[in-house]
Amino acid sequence: MNPVTYHRAASVAQALESSAAPGHRLLGGGTNLVDLMRKGIERPTGLIDVTQLSETIALAEDGSLLVGAAARNSAVAAHPLVRSRTPMLARAILAGASAQVRNMATIGGNLMQRTRCLYFQDEAGSRCNKRDPGSGCDAYGGFNRYHAVIGGSPACIAVHPSDMCVALAAFDARVRVAGASGTRAIALVDFHRLPGDRPDLETLLEPGEVIEAVEIPAFAGPSAYRKVRDRASYAFALVSVAAGLVIEEGRVADIRIAFGGIAPKPWRAFRAEAALRGAAVTQAAIDAAMAAEFADAAPLPGNAFKIDLAGRTLSALLAELSGSDR
Amino acid sequence: MSRMQNAVIASVKTALGWVPAQWLPGGTPDPLIGRSAAIGRQDNRLDGPAKVGGLARFSAEVPLQRLSYAALVYSSIVRGRITRLDTAAAEATPGVILVMTHRNMPRIGLVPLIGVTDLSAVGNSSLPILQDATIRYNGQVVAAVVAETQEQADHAASLIEIDYAAEPGKTRFEEAKTDARTPASILIEKNHVSVGNAERELAAAAHRVDNVYRTPGQNHNAIELHAVTVAWDGDSLVVHDTIQMVASSAKALAKLFGLKKDKVRVLSPFVGGGFGGKGLWDHQVVAVAAAKLAGRPLRLVLSREGVYRIVGGRSPSEQRVALGADADGRFTAIVHTGYSIMPPHGACPEQYSLCTRALYRSKSFEILQRHLDLDIVPNTYMRAPGEAIGTFAVECAVDELAHEMGIDPIELRRRNEPDRHPIHGSPFSQRALIQAYEQGAARFGWVRRQAEPGTLRDGEWRIGLGCASGSFPYARMPGANVRLTLRSDGSATIASSAQEMGMGTATVQVQHAADRLGLPVEAIGFELGDSALPAGPMAGGSSQTVSLAAAIMAASEKLTAELLRLAGNDSPLAGLRAGDVRLLDGGIGAIEDPSRHESYRSILARAARDEIVVDAAGSAPLEMLKFAMHSSSAIFCEVRVSDVTGEIRVERMLGSFDCGTILNPKTAASQFRGGMIMGLGLALTEETLFDERSGRIMNATLADYHIPVHLDVPEIEVMWTGIADPRSPLGARGIGEIGITGVGAAIANAVFNATGKRVRELPITLDKLL
Ligand SMILES: Cc1cc2nc3c(=O)[nH]c(=O)nc-3n(C[C@H](O)[C@H](O)[C@H](O)COP(=O)(O)OP(=O)(O)OC[C@H]3O[C@@H](n4cnc5c(N)ncnc54)[C@H](O)[C@@H]3O)c2cc1C
Repeated sequence: MNPVTYHRAASVAQALESSAAPGHRLLGGGTNLVDLMRKGIERPTGLIDVTQLSETIALAEDGSLLVGAAARNSAVAAHPLVRSRTPMLARAILAGASAQVRNMATIGGNLMQRTRCLYFQDEAGSRCNKRDPGSGCDAYGGFNRYHAVIGGSPACIAVHPSDMCVALAAFDARVRVAGASGTRAIALVDFHRLPGDRPDLETLLEPGEVIEAVEIPAFAGPSAYRKVRDRASYAFALVSVAAGLVIEEGRVADIRIAFGGIAPKPWRAFRAEAALRGAAVTQAAIDAAMAAEFADAAPLPGNAFKIDLAGRTLSALLAELSGSDR
Repeated sequence: MSRMQNAVIASVKTALGWVPAQWLPGGTPDPLIGRSAAIGRQDNRLDGPAKVGGLARFSAEVPLQRLSYAALVYSSIVRGRITRLDTAAAEATPGVILVMTHRNMPRIGLVPLIGVTDLSAVGNSSLPILQDATIRYNGQVVAAVVAETQEQADHAASLIEIDYAAEPGKTRFEEAKTDARTPASILIEKNHVSVGNAERELAAAAHRVDNVYRTPGQNHNAIELHAVTVAWDGDSLVVHDTIQMVASSAKALAKLFGLKKDKVRVLSPFVGGGFGGKGLWDHQVVAVAAAKLAGRPLRLVLSREGVYRIVGGRSPSEQRVALGADADGRFTAIVHTGYSIMPPHGACPEQYSLCTRALYRSKSFEILQRHLDLDIVPNTYMRAPGEAIGTFAVECAVDELAHEMGIDPIELRRRNEPDRHPIHGSPFSQRALIQAYEQGAARFGWVRRQAEPGTLRDGEWRIGLGCASGSFPYARMPGANVRLTLRSDGSATIASSAQEMGMGTATVQVQHAADRLGLPVEAIGFELGDSALPAGPMAGGSSQTVSLAAAIMAASEKLTAELLRLAGNDSPLAGLRAGDVRLLDGGIGAIEDPSRHESYRSILARAARDEIVVDAAGSAPLEMLKFAMHSSSAIFCEVRVSDVTGEIRVERMLGSFDCGTILNPKTAASQFRGGMIMGLGLALTEETLFDERSGRIMNATLADYHIPVHLDVPEIEVMWTGIADPRSPLGARGIGEIGITGVGAAIANAVFNATGKRVRELPITLDKLL
């Protein structure tokens, strides 16, 4: 590992000040960043520990839930406010990683974690446009079972692997970001970028900015998260679905659908939602909604099954949420 | 194995056919069978407290003065030459002592490949180690950095710059088939078995199945990483290793570095999991050479990635299994042919066709393995090499045939149970597979199984039950030596270079020696893991326990003779001969007359001796050649498969084993369960992602190579017939590997029973069920 300096920021102001220095990176629990440093994929010259920043979990005035960026994943999942208001978020977090990793991992770090693409992770032996822009992508024609079926580009089909972010995307969460010129809020669904021809640019966070908190608006109806994987635990999602559903008089009054494991970012299924809003939740309606959502999909032989899998999982989840066992 | 060895073994077998069974080892059953006290007891592992208390010292923990640390650099191309190797930046890094590459590595010969004849031949790869600029596989060691600390070594290793002139490599399984080799033998069995005309029988059979089964490559993932701590002292060498073959690796290292045999000492008191992966690989050789260059003691611990790069695993395979049966379900044809990888520089033939020779009788057989040559780190022995994946193919096929005939799969097996070895015709020493099935089926509740797939369900989950046979041959290694020391205070110590990998080597041999010598277990010590001790057997092929047992038997015979001699005429034993006495109650006594007994204490005191020391070797394992000796098992499992997602969850498993005497139910149950859990991984998740474009393993980490986690592992029940094998020491056969066999098929069969979908390619992942 290359030599690095280490500072602990006591405030957002301090974090902003020191993160402005070139080569400096923020350090949350380190469960992702330190791994990548060991592999030589991330080579910061300085680390600014942000785990002393706010880890508050509280209700904001507008009724949304405010979660400090330094809150640990396990603390969020266990918090009574989270469990009572957005149990689906707790489920999503608990579906991720292991207890040990969740105890270390912070909310800010979870949002910013990098892809698990095998070729991205293999500095020594593989080409990757995200890691080394312009070098090529070995995931095409390689192992891409965990890769994107939608939203990818010829340059990159790596998936954003977070479970938590899928739940946040469904709940219309906002990421509150502090920078030299003040704070701004970014909708979670916009926070992560699609790769296009710049897969190295992953989020809207500008250099020198710090994530302060995540705001999660209330959702009126029941919601659920389901993660699909071969191994029962400690595995990233092949497909995951976060869904919320409000039915009034047999018709969809409000619906939220987000997918994980299928796209370079937490995939909010706006087209599917639009297709289902106002409709009765029938298999035909879901099929039509999925067809609309995945009209632009670009599956590969290694991952094409995920479109069907996403539809089946969504369908089961909506059945569960609408109390029917269709 | 050459044709020559084939011929030798065949003629020994023929000759043995004429020898009356009583003259062979095991001719008269071991008198301890049915007369044991300590054997068969649930004794706790003797190494338990040290491990739980953190006192057991593993090879990466040995403290040494002036210790240096090494890190390796691996090639990132599959084939070609190094054209530029810049080590300047690494060498200039603080703490770096030296960088070793092919330019300054001492010239050494090739490591001889593991074999059955030369005991110093223990290599898993016969490729040169840092001897030239040629790259022969992706992941090969190209440099080693030695530094004051591990961190400095790791960092410096990342600064080494290498340019390659790449050449195309042989990396594609399918393409390699065009020039597959057909070896003359598979271990000590003739490769090509042709009895009758199987293809013709198959074509004419009333019922038949004929399918291709595929299994992926798999990698070793013992908890303890491969690690070695090396110290030179002049021209003598001490190697603290974690290795399954202490004695022979010492010999091999001596030969390789041109040292006298007694100048190399390998110590390996604990092995933190081996499973066949802890053999002699490149890292020990590199560490010994680098320590020599550095003039310092040196430690080399492979990273997890390093284990994937330079330690082989299980070969992928493609197996055709065809079964033909008459109207009554009696097999008329068994065909088992296929391909697996075994490069000429490798040692393990992945003997998947061996189980087929022993499982069923049939009118005809056609069995043949072909080997593919790829540019890879050679595959090696991995828990039940061959049988683990061979039973997957064969036992799925049996299930498929049973389904096609509409009969219960256990009934189909019963109808084809052989009464002697189906190929060689030799009698089974002992075999009670059908009993294992019956007991297992009753306990498991096999009656709940519905013949019609997809019948049982619970909400979105379909439930299925499956079973399959496991099989593993008995083996006893020649050249197992022990030293037995009996002291005047009535205590005894057994010493052998043998290995403790956590399976209870010392524990069960102490139990054994207690019964053999008529002493309490507390009076017995067992020393192992040191090449300075008499050369023990390797821990492999599930053979260490009986190999050591035979050596202890031989030692106790020598001891008896020595005691009788010392006892002389002033003893109640006067006039008795070895055949008239046995060791019991802390001494020696007449078999016919219990009142004639004298204690060890008394004999030694009268002879004014502090101790008696005897060295002995186990007899030649001729019983293996005269009799068909196999362990077998009936594996049952219940799975649920989601109709929505195809996810498979194993609800429960039961293993019913027929493995001879169970020496210690506690250690045995752990072996069985552990094997079955590994079988679960083999069935559902484990897969080496070998990128055929680059010849590179892409999931060289436990995050991406999926072994079962706790949530995947259900309640596992194990039981056994416990019937002693009259031909083996203690009536025991090996139990370390059989646990994994049959599990892949049992799960696949249960998945079929749940869903009606037959998956013939491992691992059975959810996409294959959608
Ligand atoms: C073996 C393993 C399995 C896993 N399985 C799963 C899984 O199944 N599902 C899942 O969702 N996740 C999984 N994870 C990933 C885990 O969720 C992330 O590693 C974790 O959330 C990262 O959080 P951290 O605080 O440790 O981040 P760090 O590693 O500290 O940082 C990650 C990134 O976030 C940046 N960062 C940290 N804090 C801030 C901030 N306040 N503002 C701006 N940037 C910031 C850092 O600079 C860095 O780039 C797994 C991880 C491991 C190691």
